[in-house]
Amino acid sequence: MDLFSLGIRSIFIDNMVFAYFLGMCSFLAVSKKVSTALGLGAAVIFVLTVTVPVNWLLNEFVLKEGALTWVSGELASIDLTFLRFIMFIAIIAAMVQLVEMVVEKFAPALYGALGIFLPLIAVNCAILGGSLFMAQRDYTLAESAVYGFGSGTGFFLAIVALAAIREKLKYSHVPNGLKGLGITMLLTGLMGIAFMSFMGIDL
Amino acid sequence: MSAETVEKAIEKKPAEALFSKRRKKLVTDPLVDDNPITIQVLGICSALAVTTQMKPTLVMAISVIFVVVMSNLVISLMRNTIPSRVRIIVQLAVVATLVTLVSEVLRAFAYDMYKELSVFVGLIITNCIVMGRLEAFALGNKPYDSVLDGFGSALGYAWIILAVAFFRELWGSGSVFGIPVFDYVSGIFGSDFQLATNGLMVSPVGAFIILGLIIWIQRTKTGYVEH
Repeated sequence: MDLFSLGIRSIFIDNMVFAYFLGMCSFLAVSKKVSTALGLGAAVIFVLTVTVPVNWLLNEFVLKEGALTWVSGELASIDLTFLRFIMFIAIIAAMVQLVEMVVEKFAPALYGALGIFLPLIAVNCAILGGSLFMAQRDYTLAESAVYGFGSGTGFFLAIVALAAIREKLKYSHVPNGLKGLGITMLLTGLMGIAFMSFMGIDL
Repeated sequence: MSAETVEKAIEKKPAEALFSKRRKKLVTDPLVDDNPITIQVLGICSALAVTTQMKPTLVMAISVIFVVVMSNLVISLMRNTIPSRVRIIVQLAVVATLVTLVSEVLRAFAYDMYKELSVFVGLIITNCIVMGRLEAFALGNKPYDSVLDGFGSALGYAWIILAVAFFRELWGSGSVFGIPVFDYVSGIFGSDFQLATNGLMVSPVGAFIILGLIIWIQRTKTGYVEH
């Protein structure tokens, strides 16, 4: 598949949030202000762009059926696919730790603003979902890098757009029961309809 | 002498009943008043993806109940030996192991369901309810209480996703648990009468809107207001 069209697909058509509901927890919790949403979105782009290719290497050379052939021919029949979840999540947790240290060192203000949500990227469904989709769809290394970046960007766009709407929402009169999560779900639904307009595009 | 005092001490503090009021509350609170999805905003990720049909939703709900209860039990048993700095990794390892177990069992005994749920079984690992309960409860409470707490939270999650799935399947595919309902209704009124299904309900948008409305109704009933 053409890399460019894969990138566009993963940003708009197969959007992590609107098409697969991934990363909803932080999507809903960190979208109150545009500035923090920008920070989290950027962190997600970075972590996805790094973890998907790294997990691809892991999957290709360790986990897949017959992947260990490069060590010795005798290991060709070993299938470690069932270890996928644990290995992927371990890589992701390590990468998130790395990002956390980098952000703490170079952008302390952003580190303070992201607070608990930075370590929680490790348990963000979008990150693990990206790696699992990559394994399921048999991407190549280049494709998985583009896919990681694209789906991260899709998440970034979605969370920043939602944060911008929610900032405006402060001035509107929302029924008590709908305040907060309720109205945000409805908003996300409406945004999903907007994103559905990309569906017909055949790349 | 000393043995006697110990005995007295034990007598003074009788063991808590197996289903005492406090323990019942652990199970019933998350069902409505402190529901993980509608009040605490946890576990939305997987809640929506599988809810186009009732059957996969039921499988998902059972898997989540199993994973939450078991991981709460395991972490609670290990709570005094886990150094707090590495607790997230330990929790992830325990949860990932349990999820692998669920996924392998599904693959062995219900392969169609395994294919249908695809990556979303794996994504139970990152379901915020699991980690949330481990962090907030299992790390500081006894095993039996933790099991009850996990069971309550998972049930609260289960009934909400089943409710979402009920409406999405009914309106989106015109059936409940795969049994066509709209066909029967049409049959009553004769063959010219056809009930249309709503394609929007099958798409992700339907899930967002149904869940938003359920949250609205549920919060209006409990009187919970977010500021």
